[in-house]
Amino acid sequence: MTNALLDQTLAAAKAEGRAALIGYLPAGFPSVAGAAQAVQALIDGGADVVEIGLPHSDPVLDGPTIQTADDIALRGGVRTKDVLETIRTVAAANPTVPVLCMTYWNPVDRYGQARFAADLAAAGGAGCILPDLPVEEADGWLAAAAEHGLATVFVVAPSSRDERLGIITAKGTGFVYAAAVMGVTGTRTQVGEMAEDLAARTRATTELPVCVGLGVSDAGQAAEVAAFADGVIVGSAFVQRILDADSPEAGYAAVRELAAELARGVRKR
Amino acid sequence: MSDVTSVPDARGYFGAYGGRFIPEALVAAVEQVADEYEKAKADPAFAAELNALLKDYTGRPSPLTDVRRFSAEAGGARILLKREDLNHTGSHKINNVLGQALLTRRMGKNRLIAETGAGQHGVATATAAALFGMECTIYMGEVDTQRQALNVARMRMLGAEVVPVKSGSRTLKDAINEAFRDWVANVDSTHYLFGTVAGPHPFPMMVRDFHRVIGQEARGQVLERTGRLPDAVVACVGGGSNAMGVFYDFIPDAGVRLIGIEAAGEGVQTLRHAATLTKGDPGVLHGSRTYVLQDEDGQTIESHSISAGLDYPGVGPEHAYLKDTGRAEYRPCTDADAMDALRLLSRTEGIIPAIESSHALAGALELGRELGPDAVILVNLSGRGDKDMHTAAQYFGLLDSSDAETSDDAAGGAK
Repeated sequence: MTNALLDQTLAAAKAEGRAALIGYLPAGFPSVAGAAQAVQALIDGGADVVEIGLPHSDPVLDGPTIQTADDIALRGGVRTKDVLETIRTVAAANPTVPVLCMTYWNPVDRYGQARFAADLAAAGGAGCILPDLPVEEADGWLAAAAEHGLATVFVVAPSSRDERLGIITAKGTGFVYAAAVMGVTGTRTQVGEMAEDLAARTRATTELPVCVGLGVSDAGQAAEVAAFADGVIVGSAFVQRILDADSPEAGYAAVRELAAELARGVRKR
Repeated sequence: MSDVTSVPDARGYFGAYGGRFIPEALVAAVEQVADEYEKAKADPAFAAELNALLKDYTGRPSPLTDVRRFSAEAGGARILLKREDLNHTGSHKINNVLGQALLTRRMGKNRLIAETGAGQHGVATATAAALFGMECTIYMGEVDTQRQALNVARMRMLGAEVVPVKSGSRTLKDAINEAFRDWVANVDSTHYLFGTVAGPHPFPMMVRDFHRVIGQEARGQVLERTGRLPDAVVACVGGGSNAMGVFYDFIPDAGVRLIGIEAAGEGVQTLRHAATLTKGDPGVLHGSRTYVLQDEDGQTIESHSISAGLDYPGVGPEHAYLKDTGRAEYRPCTDADAMDALRLLSRTEGIIPAIESSHALAGALELGRELGPDAVILVNLSGRGDKDMHTAAQYFGLLDSSDAETSDDAAGGAK
């Protein structure tokens, strides 16, 4: 079971001969009330798909930028129900844009995986990315996601061996998230080499679109990645724009501008 | 009850607890550790080298000490201390570190990273890195670098880089997060020498196995000394490595009570404690399913303990299993009771225990009064208290007033 809107969106980008732009921002950031506006700026700037992060107390896969945003969100009192509400607001205003939730596993486990899948689907969410839930531990979630028409996007890494890539992509839906580098989230000056090899090895195991994330921050890198990927995933660079801005409104404008720049990048491959 | 010595299963589960909840980027590295450990277990040369190090470098077997004057305060029960404080580097941590350092060499890696709370695991890891000629980076919460400054100096003296972690609660939990981030980025050259019986499979099993020597020795020593098994084995539990080490070989002895003492901080009725098994709920933290101090959204709650080594909102999954099966009991002990026990052992026996181990001593005092003078209680004295003298001096006001300006505030529990 997968999510039709997500599949169609990625297929449409492919038909246009370009990569999709996938943008990430955490809920509760820069504030519980402002998060939906920030995500709207991503979409207005040209993101095809958005990921809304569920801030966590222990973001072991995130670098300093997203750690800071999560910290701001949690201090601001963001709750799981607020994350779902932000997804609902964004999905309702943008019926053609797939909205994914990206979250560490424990908040879903605590909420109840079946209940979370039901409530995420009811909010209009298209699926989940669960970066610390390996495929071996995911059977319960996959069943719940399938029941509610949600995609489950698994992450693959440069260290993933070919045999394991096949096991992962056989269980995933929507797309495969290929981590461009070994490391945590955050912008980098170089993203290309390992990512291209990983994308090729992943494609050898699946028909699913392969989208590449970790480190991309500008149009040049987006174009470079778009040359071999079906989608380009950008998170920390958007978060940094909001952190650097003097006001929330200035932050949203900067997010819109960066999304537009990246949207041009993914069309330049 | 299923056979509690047959865990974990092939997927790393102790009943409902354990498993492997890790990012894909670490799967290959964790599988390599598991594979290499299985090979090492089957290799007599590995056991021979480790045993030689434990004997000639660490100083094993560690002694068993009768503490008669201390026992008099425990209802007259006979208390025996397993002296892990006398190991090289001053705690039990060296047992596991030497095992994993040998494994690291077998894997062809030359850099060790580790988290540390009180600094005991960091010191042990820095020691092994020096011994084996490896690079070493230790992550330590900024709060802990301040309250365990002596151990920071020891690690640096041994050649390790010590990174104060400023994120989150700036204690052990956040040091683990930062070590995982380092590992993801440097996994080709680096082994994460995890310091407790938590984390993803195989760490809970492997770290337990490396500490099992504590209980193996102690069981024989108690039998030889007293002619019988103890009524209870008591150990402090933060992540739970010293407790698993001393408990494990007693698990089949149904008549021996296994009692873990958790840090209750300012009391389990307050929000400032680290009593994970007493007050937490099942969840996933740092790679395994276990009890976690967490809010209703699954966000980790910051723990508190005067003991940096017990100040952790998770616990090893095998302890969660032993709790649920009823084979072990877990009790809380406050900062104040632990500090009283620290002073009592110091003044009755001339042994200054670590604040961590003082929790176990306080638990033994309470248990001795319950069981009476016929009881034999084995306590794992997991570490020595040298590193804690700054905290203890402040707490008890041991220094002249100009050196201990904050002692009045901190001495609330002192008499």
